[in-house]
Amino acid sequence: MSTNFGSKRIVVGAHYGMRDWLSQRVTATLMALFTLVLLVQLLLPGPLGYDRWAGIFATQWMKVLTFVVIVSLAWHAWVGVRDIWMDYVKPVGVRLVLQVATIVWLVGCAGWAVQVLWRL
Amino acid sequence: MAEMTKQRPGTMRLIDAVKYRLPPAGIVSILHRISGALMFVLLPFVIWLFDASVTSEISYDRFTSAFIAGIGFVPAWFVKLVVLALIWAYLLHFIAGVRHLWMDVTHSVSKQQGHSSAVFTLAASLLLTLALGAKLFGLY
Repeated sequence: MSTNFGSKRIVVGAHYGMRDWLSQRVTATLMALFTLVLLVQLLLPGPLGYDRWAGIFATQWMKVLTFVVIVSLAWHAWVGVRDIWMDYVKPVGVRLVLQVATIVWLVGCAGWAVQVLWRL
Repeated sequence: MAEMTKQRPGTMRLIDAVKYRLPPAGIVSILHRISGALMFVLLPFVIWLFDASVTSEISYDRFTSAFIAGIGFVPAWFVKLVVLALIWAYLLHFIAGVRHLWMDVTHSVSKQQGHSSAVFTLAASLLLTLALGAKLFGLY
């Protein structure tokens, strides 16, 4: 069998990127369903003020669901933004810096969102 | 054939690519990317809005006043404009994403279907943005 690692690694062929492709679709579906769940709760009759808005996110099931969506969003955005860097930024060093910055940005944002969610 | 090969201009650059007229599906494709990048960049602003709106009644007042009095030195009309851009980005990204999922599930990849679903994506996202934008700017 021919060498398939390091600089000899074959980077074309079947299934490369399959995991990213699939995870982007799975996370997209989760976020779309979350949007509908939130929309249904917002369109229920009654005045919409602080109490009702914060109350939506105060229930445990909604916290768990929102948490799943925060993780999904970070993952989804990682795949998408990495695609952008891979398409337009060719120098390996610059690309690495941008990819690391993307991870820092997304993990930081996700951490903040989770903090907001769980002190409710 | 040999003459045609000679006329080839070499590697295509972005400046060459913009000379081509994009079909609706191509416009949706690049807007899908632009809207995604926009939401990625504005992520901290969205979390700030979420933070202010749910944390306490005092912070909720800060959330509502962002649309009336602005945030710090940023005027309210600019805050509304950024939120309008986010609304458009979310709607287009959402509808274009469902279009992708629909194509994946039904294997409907004909030229005609790609064209009509792309026109639908552009029209629906713009109409919904107009409707929500009118609400945001207090037209009704």
